[in-house]
Amino acid sequence: MDLVRKLGESAIKALFRLGRMGIFLAKAFAFSVTPPVKLSLLIKQIQFIGFQSISVIFLTGAFTGMVLGYQGFNTLSRFGSDAFLGPMVGLSLIKEMGPVISALMVTGRAGSSITAEIGIMRISEQIDALELMGLNPYRYLIVPRLLAAIVCLPLLTAIFDVIGIFGGYLIGVKMLGLSSGVYFGEMVSYVEMGDILEGLIKSLNFGVIIAWVCCFKGFHTGFYTGFGAEGVSKATTQAVVLSSVLILVWDYFLTSTRIFL
Amino acid sequence: MIKIENLYKSFDGLEVLRGVNLEVGKGRILALIGKSGCGKSVLLKHVAGLMKPDKGRVLVDGHDMCCLRGRDLFTLRNRLGFLFQSGALFDSMSIFDNVAFPLREKTKLRANEITDRVMNELEQVGLLGAEEKFPSQLSGGMVKRAAMARALAGDPEIMLFDEPTTGLDPLTGQTILDLIDSCHRRLKFTGIMVTHEVPKIFEVVDAVAMIDKGEILLEGTAEEILKSENSTVKAFVTGGRPRDIE
Repeated sequence: MDLVRKLGESAIKALFRLGRMGIFLAKAFAFSVTPPVKLSLLIKQIQFIGFQSISVIFLTGAFTGMVLGYQGFNTLSRFGSDAFLGPMVGLSLIKEMGPVISALMVTGRAGSSITAEIGIMRISEQIDALELMGLNPYRYLIVPRLLAAIVCLPLLTAIFDVIGIFGGYLIGVKMLGLSSGVYFGEMVSYVEMGDILEGLIKSLNFGVIIAWVCCFKGFHTGFYTGFGAEGVSKATTQAVVLSSVLILVWDYFLTSTRIFL
Repeated sequence: MIKIENLYKSFDGLEVLRGVNLEVGKGRILALIGKSGCGKSVLLKHVAGLMKPDKGRVLVDGHDMCCLRGRDLFTLRNRLGFLFQSGALFDSMSIFDNVAFPLREKTKLRANEITDRVMNELEQVGLLGAEEKFPSQLSGGMVKRAAMARALAGDPEIMLFDEPTTGLDPLTGQTILDLIDSCHRRLKFTGIMVTHEVPKIFEVVDAVAMIDKGEILLEGTAEEILKSENSTVKAFVTGGRPRDIE
């Protein structure tokens, strides 16, 4: 009986937290579409989440493309289909790897920082101070980050894709001797606009997930993790882990159900 | 102005407030004293509407803080100032921007008017010259004074002070108390001050309430507190042990 009670308690707690997260997201969206939107804060967050992530996206995109170039060429050569290296690299990057890896990189670089910053503001009572000034903390802390993530993730994914395709080109064409015309020609033939849109819609979804989870964990630091430095550290770890897992789960869900795609 | 009725609050089964009743008249300051962890700050956060009680009411100017939501709550909070124990200054902003922030966001004042107002507030708290510094570059006393300038910038009708002198040396602590006193004379706000600074605080406040084990043990003027025969009150005021005093 004790075990059943404990299981029930855990289930109720989990549902309660899920509900809180849902309400948090709904509020964030509601304040995002009603004025005033703090433009200066939005620009600052676009600079932080987007611009400052370009270097890491550049690096990971290049190496992912180069690995795909090598592996793809070796695999396709076995079937005498190395001419299809371009479409293989292009489709892999545009539909799956670009959105997913970009989102994971942004989670690690910007998401963790978002949670830590908001978490420190929570434990040092800065969020309480904001509320007591009669100002809405969602408008100042959550909405700019949510909108910035929605704007930046598709752009970062597009950069990742382009750099990755050139990484594949470098290996396939410049090192392994495939014709440049074949690489790009086949890619143009097989990659359709729908594939590009699919990747961008996925990345937009992932932007929402990163901002939602990381802001929620920071905003509720202390409620679930304890106060103090340890609380912030736990919240940050939880935010990165949960965002990463949700990105992969949601990616599977989007791909398999083709909802939004 | 502020009326607390039968307030109960517990955290994870631990009762922190057990039927607190308290009243603060308009323009008066009440000091809330008591041992650390007895629920003073929790009570203050209920008055500010930052916490919701399990039972009871907190009436601020007739409005029940527990039931106010959205715009109504924000409107009432516009009349309220809160000095946090840690200062709670925004660490990404300079002292000038910290004080100017509520004015920029809540009023339609022009930039030069805001500058004049901020410089005036900083002068009142003796921080002229420190306006370009960041909170991390200031001492504890300066942080408290900057937080005070920010809280007072909106001309609040109600001021809540959470241990305004804790962690400060006696001289700086006295400076902060003098500052609160002069600001009270100037602005005539209604206030509640959570503090351990007895008997120093008695010069600044109009009434004192001692909270013990989640209940109001004694409420009265400073004189009544000093004359109290209750061993816990006596021990708190003189700094002795309750048993020794008995």
